[in-house]
Amino acid sequence: MSRYESRLEKELRFHIEQRTADLIASGHDAAEAKRLARIEFGGLEQAKEQCRDVRRTRWPGDLWRDALYGMRTLRQKPGFTLVSALTLALGIGASTAIFSAVNPLLFEPLPYSKASRIMTIWYGGAGGAPIPQTFGTFRELQSRSHSFEAIAVMKPWQPSLTGRAEPERLDGQRVSAAYFRVLGVTPALGRDFDPADDRLNGPDVAVISDTLWKRRFAGDPAIVGREITLDDSLYQVAGILPRGFENVLAPEAEIWSLLQYDASLPSPEGREWGHHLRMIGRLRAGGGVDQARRELDQIARTPVPEFARSPIATMGQGLIVNPLREDVVRAVKPALLAVVGAVILLLAIACVNVTNLLLARGAQRRGEFAMRIALGARRGRLIRQLLTESVLLSLGGGALGLLVARICVRVLIALSPPGLPRIGEIVINAPVFAFAFAISACIGSAVGMIPALAAANNDLYQASRRVTAVHRRTRRALVVAEVALSLMLSVSAGLLLRSLQRLFSVAPGFDSSQVLTMQVQIATFSRLRGADAQHRFFDQALDAVRRVPGVVTAAFTSQLPLSGDSDSYGGHFENDNDPHDDHLAFRYAVTPDYFKAMRIPLLRGRLLEQRDMLSAEFRPVLINEAFAKRKFPTQNPIGQRVRFGPERPWDVIVGVVGDVKQVSLAIGESNAFYVATDQWLWADNPLWLVVKTRGDAASFASAVRSAIWSVDKDQPVVRVSTMDALVSASAAQRRFAMILFEAFALIALLLAATGLYGVLSGNVAERTREIGVRSALGASRAEILALVFREGMTLTALGIAIGLAGAAAATQALVSMLFGISRLDPITYLGVIALLALISAAACWTPVWRAARVDPSITLRAE
Amino acid sequence: MTSKSDLPQGTLDLLIMKIVALGPVHGYAIAQRLQQVSREVVQVPQGSLYPALHRLENRGLLAADWKETDTGREAKFYRLTRRGRAQLEAETASWARLTEAIGVILNLREAK
Repeated sequence: MSRYESRLEKELRFHIEQRTADLIASGHDAAEAKRLARIEFGGLEQAKEQCRDVRRTRWPGDLWRDALYGMRTLRQKPGFTLVSALTLALGIGASTAIFSAVNPLLFEPLPYSKASRIMTIWYGGAGGAPIPQTFGTFRELQSRSHSFEAIAVMKPWQPSLTGRAEPERLDGQRVSAAYFRVLGVTPALGRDFDPADDRLNGPDVAVISDTLWKRRFAGDPAIVGREITLDDSLYQVAGILPRGFENVLAPEAEIWSLLQYDASLPSPEGREWGHHLRMIGRLRAGGGVDQARRELDQIARTPVPEFARSPIATMGQGLIVNPLREDVVRAVKPALLAVVGAVILLLAIACVNVTNLLLARGAQRRGEFAMRIALGARRGRLIRQLLTESVLLSLGGGALGLLVARICVRVLIALSPPGLPRIGEIVINAPVFAFAFAISACIGSAVGMIPALAAANNDLYQASRRVTAVHRRTRRALVVAEVALSLMLSVSAGLLLRSLQRLFSVAPGFDSSQVLTMQVQIATFSRLRGADAQHRFFDQALDAVRRVPGVVTAAFTSQLPLSGDSDSYGGHFENDNDPHDDHLAFRYAVTPDYFKAMRIPLLRGRLLEQRDMLSAEFRPVLINEAFAKRKFPTQNPIGQRVRFGPERPWDVIVGVVGDVKQVSLAIGESNAFYVATDQWLWADNPLWLVVKTRGDAASFASAVRSAIWSVDKDQPVVRVSTMDALVSASAAQRRFAMILFEAFALIALLLAATGLYGVLSGNVAERTREIGVRSALGASRAEILALVFREGMTLTALGIAIGLAGAAAATQALVSMLFGISRLDPITYLGVIALLALISAAACWTPVWRAARVDPSITLRAE
Repeated sequence: MTSKSDLPQGTLDLLIMKIVALGPVHGYAIAQRLQQVSREVVQVPQGSLYPALHRLENRGLLAADWKETDTGREAKFYRLTRRGRAQLEAETASWARLTEAIGVILNLREAK
């Protein structure tokens, strides 16, 4: 006993003994005096407890004692403690991880000064679809628009860096001079681009990232002003960007150089008028997006003589202005929001389970509370005790949750689809963790207190009856909630799973099996200057590859399906009614064997042939089936004349080939046209090599590479992959969302199963007496089985009904992620309902079995 | 004696402090004196005296020492601290004002 306790005891005993002595002195006999003194004093234990209470409010050290006591109670029930803490950990951990991952994308501003003023400006294509800009449009907007402080355009650039160390292919961007000004970034060392240098044949200057500077140049400040070799040309390093600069427009980029297009726009058909540039602009202070949109609309509608427009860039459909942030996250937003929804459901399920566990625990401790109240413990005292226990439990769960969150974040990053923006910014988010922690702890504490609140009533019999009623109601609500939430999550996961199955059964239009692909680039222009020299290199390389044993056939193409390439040109047909009709189509400059290597079927006419490669009289082109149907629904496309790209003699359609998925399996058939590599306007570089092999395509990688290098060992070969890998990578985002959903649904089912079991078995335990009485009165085992089973399944059915309504509403958020099935797909719904009913039945079975074995005599004895 | 006291809120503390102000005294003596002095009008369940004493001790208005009584037994003697004395004076003054005001109101003659 503590010093305080012994003193308290001594003080109160002194009082009673003194009173007894006085009563004896005034004539009572000893026993009577003792009795009277006790009665006068009132409840001794109550007085003690009240004194302790007074003291506890004073000593924060008492919290420690409560905590020790709480830990002892928790240790006495290791199963309960472990399950509750793990449930909390799963809920807190998963939600923290997911919110941490989506936070930089969905909620945080981009890491630039006044980032909300940075806009993307797209060219309005057919039907208002955003398509890339032309340099000509950029020139016009730059001069005529006043809504923007600065406007810039950019395109990807992948130079090869050579020098003392081994050659390396870098990711970079060609940009107009104001690029960094639009983003609001200035180099940490050296200078920004000089607008005067951004002209045709201007000086070659480069700005490099901090990581490239550290990696390749050992962080030597003297590199500024020196020259480096890129693609065999000397570039002067103008500046080094600050550390931590995040280039959301091209996260991999490490080096930037000027675009240096011809500002005089020499030909209306030159590269200056190609739709291949992305445009961004920084709004002037005080000007809004709407104002900028109005102004650009006005400019688009009113051409001026100083800025003659090319027929393929008339701005006929206007311009599309969006905040950069929206543009960056648009592609991933639906998936992220869906995942956020899933994790909220998971957190809700975890809360339901912990509530259930605490409720069961409270019921078991009813006796303990009743005893303590009889001994004079006050309500506040019990509540504080339970609160301490709940907080302890939550702390344990929270600590584990932090661990779970860290693991989840790591797994998320490892699983994330390529191109997920701002992936480097994903860190455990403290406010979110605190939020998830607080919400589960609060719910847990509130529920844990129900028995104490009810038990604190003076009338113990009433109290215990009331607790039972509260428990019953809460329990039933929990079963229903548990089933409903699990159903919603499982239906969502099921829909995604079936979408992915459908997606993979979509024919991509080519045969991806046993096809190896890689990009071959000519980096050393000094030795291979000129288109002829380039064609010769590619021809020789192709010959060398064909000689590799096991290679069936090999071909080059300027763009590869599902590789992320998206190279389109506007086409004009001779029979177009409106000369400004612009049929945008994917351009493939290919060598004749491409169709054989990819097994793209010929539907009409003929394929490209070797003799077409040098044909000078006309340029034969192939178009795809979708294009032919769209443009020539009734006529024969063969022999029709068409022109893609700049003004030049008409090309002739010689054949129609099958449709191929270029951007993604989920996107419908786009227009496409094919020309021979050496008949396009320029020699494409790099080209994709497509190799059809016998056996495992991946195993040919090094042999094929050696074959290319046997022609010229200085040319980089990059992005080696099999076509199968590209196909599955193209569905990466869907698969990512699906894996997350499957994981959540699995955890949810697990929690639901244990939760259901807990709730139902608890229910039976509380009804043991009733069951005993029933069987004593002659109810058969089958009747009792039916009674308990029916109750469990009724609750499950109610949960399913509510869950169905919830799922029907919730799956609206999934619509953009689904492919080939309705969000109300009956098979998914039926499957999930069957699964949940099965789990429920299994969870019912054990308690039902136990219920049926209740021996009436045991029940009676227990009374 | 176990019936609930009808003492207004806070008056028990005031009475205790007044009794303790007369000199160091133990709990039992306080209970006795409360009864004697108030001519048995003020009846406090004796058990509830102790939480009140401990509360006052907590608030620093009373201090306590263990000392021997006249009969040689060890008991906890309470005494008023300086803060307790100030508090007692303030509360006595406000109690006096309150009772005076109430007295005036109760003595109002009904207007004819």
